[in-house]
Order: sequence, then C-alpha cells, then structure tokens
Amino acid sequence: MINKTVQHVDEAIRDIHDGATIMFGGFGLCGIPENCIAAIQKRGTKNLTCISNNAGVDGFGLGLLLATRQIKKMISSYVGENHEFEKQLLSGELDVELIPQGTLAERIRAGGAGIPAFYTPAGYGTEVADGKEVRVFDGKPHLLEHWLRADFSIVKAWKGDTAGNLIFKGTARNFNPMMATAGHVTIAEVEELVPAGELDPNEIHTPGIFVARIFKGDHYEKRIENLTTL
Amino acid sequence: MALDKYGIAKRIAQEVKDGYYVNLGIGIPTLVANYIPSNIQVMLQSENGLLGMGAFPSKDNVDPDMINAGKQTVTTIDGAALFNSADSFAMIRSGKIDLTILGAMEVSEQGDIANWKIPGKMVKGMGGAMDLVASARNIIVAMQHNSKDGQSKLLKACSLPLTGLHCVKKVFSDLGVFDILPEGGFKLLERAPGVSVEEIIQATEGKLIVEGIIPEMIIN
Repeated sequence: MINKTVQHVDEAIRDIHDGATIMFGGFGLCGIPENCIAAIQKRGTKNLTCISNNAGVDGFGLGLLLATRQIKKMISSYVGENHEFEKQLLSGELDVELIPQGTLAERIRAGGAGIPAFYTPAGYGTEVADGKEVRVFDGKPHLLEHWLRADFSIVKAWKGDTAGNLIFKGTARNFNPMMATAGHVTIAEVEELVPAGELDPNEIHTPGIFVARIFKGDHYEKRIENLTTL
Repeated sequence: MALDKYGIAKRIAQEVKDGYYVNLGIGIPTLVANYIPSNIQVMLQSENGLLGMGAFPSKDNVDPDMINAGKQTVTTIDGAALFNSADSFAMIRSGKIDLTILGAMEVSEQGDIANWKIPGKMVKGMGGAMDLVASARNIIVAMQHNSKDGQSKLLKACSLPLTGLHCVKKVFSDLGVFDILPEGGFKLLERAPGVSVEEIIQATEGKLIVEGIIPEMIIN
C-alpha cells in the first residue's frame, strides 16, 4: 500500500532549496503549517517566494521567516497587522505582489486543476488590471489571470491518513485544499495521523494523490490573532 | 447631530431583509450584525470559508479554528456551512450574495470605490474587496462623510487607487443616506437626525441631488 508518511518535519522539508517557490496554507494564523514554518526557519533556507493569503504577524506564522529575512517575495491578498513586513516593504527589501483574494484562490485552484488561465471581473478598472488582457463576456469586462503553481505546497490539516488523505476543520480549511493540489511536491502536516482505512472516504476533503509527504505535527500553538468573546 | 458608527450600523441593519445572504466587511459593517432584527433570518458569509456566522463565542467556548475574515473568533448558527476559499469566492462571483456592506475611504458619484491603499502610507492589500465589488449585485457602503481633516469623501472622482468601478449602489454616512444614480450623482434620500440639507450640501464634493423634502432617518 502507498505510504506517504515521514517521521519528522525535517524529513518532510528536506529538499526545500534556496530560491524555492512555496505555497503556505492558512488565513491569518488559522490553519497555518506551524511545524514546517518553524523548521524552515531553523534550516535557514533563503530567497523564498511565498504564496500565502497573509504574511503572518510579528513573531508568528510567516512573520518568523520575514524576521530572519528568508523571504524574498510575498504573493498575498492582505498583509496588514505585520510591522516587520511593512518595514521591509517600504525599504524595498521585500518584493510584494498583492492579488484580490478570490483571484488568488482561483489562480491556485487553476494551477492544481491543470487550467492555465481564466477570466475574472475582479480588479477591472484598478491597478490590478495593469498589463492584463481584458475581454468582455455578457457585457461585462473581465481580466485574464494565469494559474499559480509552486515547487512546494505546505498545508495543515486536522486529520490525515498514511495514504495522504486529508480532512480539515472549521475555517482552518481556507486555502489549504487548493494549495494541496497546486504544489509540485505537497507536504501535509496534521494534528492526528491514522492508518489508511480509518478515515471515512466520504469525508475526505483532499484525496491523498495530491499529497507527497504527511507527518504528525509535534505541537500546535494555534495562536489567535483577534480573540473576541461575548 | 451626525451619527456615530453605531448609528450608521443601526440604520444599515434596516436594509437587511429576511432570507438574505450577506457579506459584511471589516469596521462599521461588522457592527451591523448586532442590529439585525431578531424576527428575520439572515445568513452571514465570511469569505474565509463560512456561511452562517454566529455571535462571538463565550470565553470557554473559543475555537482557534473558527474565525471570521477579520480574524475574530466566532461561532456558527444552525444551518451553517464551512468550505474552502475557492468555493467562497465562487458564491461571491456568481452573484449569490444578496447584500454586501463595505467600508470605504472614498466613493465617487459614479459609484467607484477606493478602500485598500494609500500610496506611500498604507499598503495592507485588498483582501476580498475587489472580488466582492466586481461581482456582488447589491453593494452598499458605510463610511464617515468627511475625513478627519474635514475633506469630503463623497467625491466627483476618487483620488486614491480604486477597488472597483461603478459598483456602489448606496452610501450610508454619518450625515445621510444616498442613492448613487446610474447616470452619476449622489441622490440624498434621508438626513441623519438633526442634520440639515445645507450641512450635507456643504460636506459633499461630488454631485449631490436634492429633490423635494428630505426626511430624517428613523433609528430605533
């Protein structure tokens, strides 16, 4: 039987090289691959292009890799709430491409689905449209957008099995399923790893074919960015 | 007197109808959820992948895996659904969301909106705002009428980088309620309590259309 399990995070990220393009799942700090981010920081891999909806916060999430200047370029939709990011952006150290969130999600989905390009109305008439082909469908202008793919996609799931099947929980799902499909090598870290056969096939969100390596994360802090209670 | 942000949110809540799917932006729009009448049923969409967003959790019921697009911890209501970001924007782009309520830095008399960037000062990103304004059928804006230094934010043309073109249908400011006409112009529909038409004329740089007696808005 196919077994995608690796024993340790260091084995999962063993071949991530300087200059790699990496997709990181998560929305804010929700559903981010904490263990892989920490291991990449420790390993010191540099000049990374990171595709992630957000850029973490100071001291957590991708903010860790920004602090150590391991990221050369961020491709994101929203990067507020991160002072280190803002500093590096304004000083010109960091290259940033901002993409409307739905376009980002769909470009990643397209990358994983073998669709090289598509048209979307988002961003027409704004600076996002600069240099892009415009085509009118049903009387409405749309922009041509291209797929996004990556050398590595790193996703975080709630449960996974040794065959690489993944189940996400709550709003920690977000970009993770699309990113899992769009990486040349997809690495999944999970809270709970079970033998193949224990997860109900009806409930799988990401089929194991998309996942190259899976491991159980040692520890999840699951930091909350904006704790709000009644 | 001009409305405070809670007053604006209360007035906008009257636009939310039974059975609506609604997306609320960050800021004043988020407050609208607190004033939706309890006798109607509404599904709030949060673009990070939740339809049927509920209230904030109690202290011992916080789940870090349940947040809204403002990264606040939230709960779900009966009938809620969770999904990925691509599905979330599929609902938005295909026009399934009945009402979208956004904040804005500027709105033009043509219905253009700017709310994501101040060149050289603030670059946070557009998040989902560009997708929402490009596709939602009914977009209303909650905003302060003037900037802190007294400049009108209801303009002939936006000076800041745009989020979307010809998309805003209605503006709810601290001074009044305005329709944006298809041919351009802010048509004054209601005044905030105690605010005169004259004050609104003074505060509006864009083309303002005032026809007949303008009623004072009713806020419960």
